[in-house]
Amino acid sequence: MKQTSTVGKSNKTVLVLLILGLSTIIFPLYMTVVIAFKQPSEMTNSISGILSLPKVWSLQNFREAMEVTDFWNSLKNSLLISGLTVGLSILIHSLMGYTLGRNKSNKFYNFVYLFIVSGMFVPFAILMMPLAKQTAEMGLANWFGVILLYVVFYMPMNIMLYSGYLTNIPLALEEAARVDGASTWLTYWKIIFPIMKPMHATVAVITALAVWNDVMTPLIIMAGSSENTLPLAQLNFQSQFGTNYNLAFASYLLSLIPILVFYLICQKQILNGVVNGAVK
Amino acid sequence: MTKHENERKRTFLLITIPILALFICFNTIPLIRGAMYSFTNSRGFGSHDWVGLRNYIDLFSDARVGKSYLFTIKLAIVTTIVVNVLSLILALGLNSKIRAKGFFRGAYFLPNILGALVVGYIFNYFFTYIVPALADMTGMQGLSSSILSSPDKAWIGVMIVCAWQAIAMNTIIYISGLQTVPEDVYEAGGLDGATGWKQFKHLTFPLIIPFFSINMVLCVKNFLMVFDQIIALTKGGPAQSTESISYLIYNNGMSGGQFGFQSANAVVFFIVIVVISVAQMKFSSSKEEQL
Repeated sequence: MKQTSTVGKSNKTVLVLLILGLSTIIFPLYMTVVIAFKQPSEMTNSISGILSLPKVWSLQNFREAMEVTDFWNSLKNSLLISGLTVGLSILIHSLMGYTLGRNKSNKFYNFVYLFIVSGMFVPFAILMMPLAKQTAEMGLANWFGVILLYVVFYMPMNIMLYSGYLTNIPLALEEAARVDGASTWLTYWKIIFPIMKPMHATVAVITALAVWNDVMTPLIIMAGSSENTLPLAQLNFQSQFGTNYNLAFASYLLSLIPILVFYLICQKQILNGVVNGAVK
Repeated sequence: MTKHENERKRTFLLITIPILALFICFNTIPLIRGAMYSFTNSRGFGSHDWVGLRNYIDLFSDARVGKSYLFTIKLAIVTTIVVNVLSLILALGLNSKIRAKGFFRGAYFLPNILGALVVGYIFNYFFTYIVPALADMTGMQGLSSSILSSPDKAWIGVMIVCAWQAIAMNTIIYISGLQTVPEDVYEAGGLDGATGWKQFKHLTFPLIIPFFSINMVLCVKNFLMVFDQIIALTKGGPAQSTESISYLIYNNGMSGGQFGFQSANAVVFFIVIVVISVAQMKFSSSKEEQL
């Protein structure tokens, strides 16, 4: 009896500490929301002026911020780039992961596997200058070039995940299909690809999060194309907000809303995906 | 049977070749080109000459480059320690028997999904206006001006923002590690008198060392490559005190006319990353073997 009562007590302390700790996460978000809704005239230099609730909840700042950053166009680009990258990654990386994973004993394929996986160590800093030149020469200094680059950048990680997952899938499944006369290509799409569904979810989550929030690649590749992604729009228009922080924060909040909504809807899948991606 | 074997081999080859070509085209070739530019005096446009090893020799005597390495390594080490200590404590709390566990885990992970650039902008305002206003109110002289405008303290601001997001990620990995520890280990340990800190040190921690290694590798690599936070918080300033290696390469290489010189910097940076990553993996696998 005594045992359980002390456990209950210490857990209450933990609970209180966890609630207090949450303030470090809630406070910056609260600050963003109240500043985004306020008018510059409501902002005084005191804490209460900055952090009090707005007198009127007006959407005016958001309307203006949308115009300044060309929000809908940036959102469209971000969705397009993230969506296509995730789709292509699942198709291409799973296929390559399967091919390399099933041929581990072959010297050539094993070399290709190590060659691609070691690409994980290559920092973007060494690639960015040559890539800026190369994509310009090839006419790929646009969103399509960015997608191609993402498919290459996330290839090492994703191939490792897929070929690791493949070790759990028995060869017998493929051999059964072979007896029925199905080709390797068809067997893959009909049997192996659907079985790897849990890994597709992991790959989709980690690729989508990384691409959605990436600044550097579009910054280097799309700089001249007058098109923006959401993060790039924030970067490019930062100087135009000047000291109108209310407008700037409305714009920050707008750019955070899509990922927040996504997180609220698929929180479980995201948490699982992130853990699987890191631990495997 | 042999017909099928051939078909299988051909299919595998037809899959591998185009995908490998794509990888070589956008990873291997730019890597080689980058290494080649490091032996030239290219400014990024116009003609250039071969200069041999001069960029590398200049690199080691360049004060600005040295400063950026010192800053980046200091940031990586301090942030890695801070993040791992805090997320381990947080993970222990989130793994204990509490109410609304799912809600807390979800909420504490939130910072990780937000874009680092926008998070940086939000914290920029926080450090520039909120902290000094708070300091004025409570009479703390040391914080009455923005830490981001002080060459000695600006790195702390960068560290806090990096940690704010990384703790979310590391915590969730530590939690998945703690879940692999079976209940009866604690029960057996409890009989031997292992509770509290003793229990953690001798029972829990050794069992989650693989997860500790993952977090170390993730942290060090991410913080060494820090870029978004710098561009949002300090742009390398004040007085170049927070210029990370990636930021310096980007800034001076892409628009500062030092394409060749910064390519040499990037090659050295690449080697540093490889050496640290390999050393970390060797170290952690030897640790795991001991157990």
